[in-house]
Amino acid sequence: MSRNLDRRRDGLAGPEPGERDRPVGRRNADGIRVDPDVEVEHDPRRTIISAYVRDEPGVLAGVSGLFHRRQFNIESLTVGPTQNEGYSRITLVVEEPDPGIDQAKKQLGKLLPVVHVRELDADPVARELVILKVNGEAPDEVHAITEMYDGETLDAGPETITVRITGDEGKIDDAIDAYGQFGIREIARTGQAALARGAAETARVDESHT
Amino acid sequence: MSGEPKPASPGTDPAEAAPSDADTATTDTTDSDTTEVAPPDADTGETETAESATAAAHTAETAAPAADETDATEPADDGTGEIETGADAVVCALENAGVEHLFGVQGGAIMPVYDALYHSEMAHVTMAHEQGAAHAADAYGVVSGAPGVCMATSGPGATNLVTGLADANMDSDPVVALTGQVPTDFVGSDAFQETDTIGVTGPVTKANFFADDADDVGTDVGTAFALAAGGRQGPTLVDLPKDVTNGDASEDPGEPRTPSTHDPPETAAPDAVAAAAAVLAAADRPVILAGGGVVKADATATLRAFATEHGIPVVTTMPAVGAFREDHDLALEMAGMHGTGYANMAVTMTDCLLAVGTRFDDRLTGGVETFAPDAAIVHVDIDPAEISKNVEADHPLVGDAGAVLDQLAAAMATSPDAAAWREQCRQWKQEYPLEYAAPADEPVKPQYVVEAVDDATADDTIVTTGVGQHQMWACQYWTYTEPRTWVSSHGLGTMGYGVPAAIGARLAAEDDQDVVCFDGDGSFLMTCQELSVAVRENVDVTVVVLNNAAIGMVRQWQDAFFGERHMASEYPWVPDFDTLAEAFGARGFRIERYEEVEAVLDEALSYDGPSVVDAHIDPDENVYPMVPSGGDNGLFALAEEQL
Ligand SMILES: Cc1ncc(C[n+]2csc(CCOP(=O)(O)OP(=O)(O)O)c2C)c(N)n1
Ligand SMILES: [Mg+2]
Repeated sequence: MSRNLDRRRDGLAGPEPGERDRPVGRRNADGIRVDPDVEVEHDPRRTIISAYVRDEPGVLAGVSGLFHRRQFNIESLTVGPTQNEGYSRITLVVEEPDPGIDQAKKQLGKLLPVVHVRELDADPVARELVILKVNGEAPDEVHAITEMYDGETLDAGPETITVRITGDEGKIDDAIDAYGQFGIREIARTGQAALARGAAETARVDESHT
Repeated sequence: MSGEPKPASPGTDPAEAAPSDADTATTDTTDSDTTEVAPPDADTGETETAESATAAAHTAETAAPAADETDATEPADDGTGEIETGADAVVCALENAGVEHLFGVQGGAIMPVYDALYHSEMAHVTMAHEQGAAHAADAYGVVSGAPGVCMATSGPGATNLVTGLADANMDSDPVVALTGQVPTDFVGSDAFQETDTIGVTGPVTKANFFADDADDVGTDVGTAFALAAGGRQGPTLVDLPKDVTNGDASEDPGEPRTPSTHDPPETAAPDAVAAAAAVLAAADRPVILAGGGVVKADATATLRAFATEHGIPVVTTMPAVGAFREDHDLALEMAGMHGTGYANMAVTMTDCLLAVGTRFDDRLTGGVETFAPDAAIVHVDIDPAEISKNVEADHPLVGDAGAVLDQLAAAMATSPDAAAWREQCRQWKQEYPLEYAAPADEPVKPQYVVEAVDDATADDTIVTTGVGQHQMWACQYWTYTEPRTWVSSHGLGTMGYGVPAAIGARLAAEDDQDVVCFDGDGSFLMTCQELSVAVRENVDVTVVVLNNAAIGMVRQWQDAFFGERHMASEYPWVPDFDTLAEAFGARGFRIERYEEVEAVLDEALSYDGPSVVDAHIDPDENVYPMVPSGGDNGLFALAEEQL
């Protein structure tokens, strides 16, 4: 078939941008339809996501790589074995607006070693442990603070005192503030470990994954 | 074109054939004998820094006894097809999966697997570069629907695959990659040609596996195959340490199976389907947005039945080009950055968007603030993580595209009352035709060449492309009527995809299907060495280089957004691609004037073997319509002044 070059074509035509029909609505930056006159912002919120995973090489790298790659804001990550051999629990504290939390859960669920993912509701059983090393000049005052926070002195010498505090995030932050007066030399925090409260299951796991 | 692809003879062991065949670009395997004797340090052909050479020598010294045990000089088995080694199990797993073609490049760490292929019926195509192997496997997967398989040695072989894997990952194309790895004992020692392939490829694969046991390696390959093919398709990789492939194994790994934690739902929740169907039936301005998932799910017939039954206009994403006949009355073709004016008007003005198998890529949506802002969105996808990732779904339906479309069809009590809307869409089609000016006294327009090739070939012709302006013209000015005939690099935008993809597509296509690659001069220069493969294997493809002596898409952006400063975007000189083709042993042609177009294309297309048409096109031509990055689809520009 021969193409007809004589047919005059003038290039692209049609109403210009300013002359076209326009929609009335709009979306926000998260792709959510919004009232054009009101700007709703999704504030980040802090939440705990618990993942029950098959314990295989690379699972932790997979989870941390995913959070890094997708720019999910992660506050802490803990991992440890469970009562079921070959399975671990990863507890993540994340701070994201709702769409980000939703994405984080779904993307986690796509990793092959991940058996179950759940966001723990507002009132989980959650604890963190911190080890603090402070200057040893005022042992009595340090001891008083440790008592107050129901902690434990792990090591004491002429130069430094090392203590352990366990609690929820708020309590640990408070304790660290309180020790500040003595001069904190070093801190090691574990990040939060958490389970669902009461009889609720943290992970729904069928028998093939226990 | 009528030539049948000539599959590689199963008896052609590339390592053996290489020294006598200078075209194959695999002569580096000639020193693989020494690699085999005492890996990993003895590959003498490589230049190394003094430091790494010492390190490797040290490693070999301290670990030599272990290496000797696992890497015998003699092949570990006689290659009879019995399962005696891990490598045999790998080959058996591929055969169980129904694999017919493999694309790869030999090398030390993968040699046991190649050796096990010696007696296999599967045909191996030795590519010039591992990137080519990955793209060929990708296109093979797109055209056939089943995973394409690529193979590479450790280190540079594996890293050369990465671009192709990332490409497949972005487009959810089914690919299985097998990479050699240094023996397990050497892993972590910076051994010769060691790369952390699992670490490097993790972010660009759907899943990857480090095979650590000869007894399980066949199952690992089967799992990788099942995962690449199942659910949301994608690339998977199995890293194969040499001691594992050389190790003893005896079990047939059986059929490919997905792991228990991979369990994509087939159908969506009935309540959600009912609610979505009600919204769709009540819509005044409904649009179906078909994504690549429709093609992947083989749901194009279902889509067509649904759209015609309910009179709903259909827009596609770029990977879904061909999912809905573009000459259909309801077809609005592609939306997005270089989509049609009518598709962009429709997605902007719709009040109900049924989006199937799409991830709402930013080149489709433009700025999300102005994407279908009046629409209730029904989003069908097999991957729950795509729901509300970029654009919020009012009605998420997680499941297989075809199965959920069937559910929706059953749940639709009535069709939307959309006659006026269809009329509006028709009017937009009239108002914004894809036209181009082609004055006879100016250089040949690329659009004209695309239309001419379309006219000269059958409807089921497969088109592959590089990335750039030529890709957009090939998309816009060819009328696609069948799924799996548009084979391109969408999400990653990988220059160089076209030629190796054409080879993979050719081997997966029906014998009587033509395969045409539209390439850019820049893209062609990235992978044209694969022509040597097309010639050697007698792969009948026609490459049409839309030669503008520029990396034109970049030049177009410089014109529009960088004050016409053409920094590093124009080639003051490009090779004569026709002569270059002849040097490779292909046929070369040249087009400079309109009068030559038909005759040259005729000759090139009818040549039984690879041919290259160097089409010198108007270097000033740009791609429009255009929605600038992050822009408003409804405000697409018809020319640069409107940007
Ligand atoms: C591997 C790679 N490198 C760089 C780019 C950026 N890029 C996008 S289009 C383009 C121009 C491509 O030139 P050519 O293949 O000649 O196509 P044309 O736009 O001229 O048709 C470039 C450099 C890319 N997409 N891929
Ligand atoms: Mg070019």
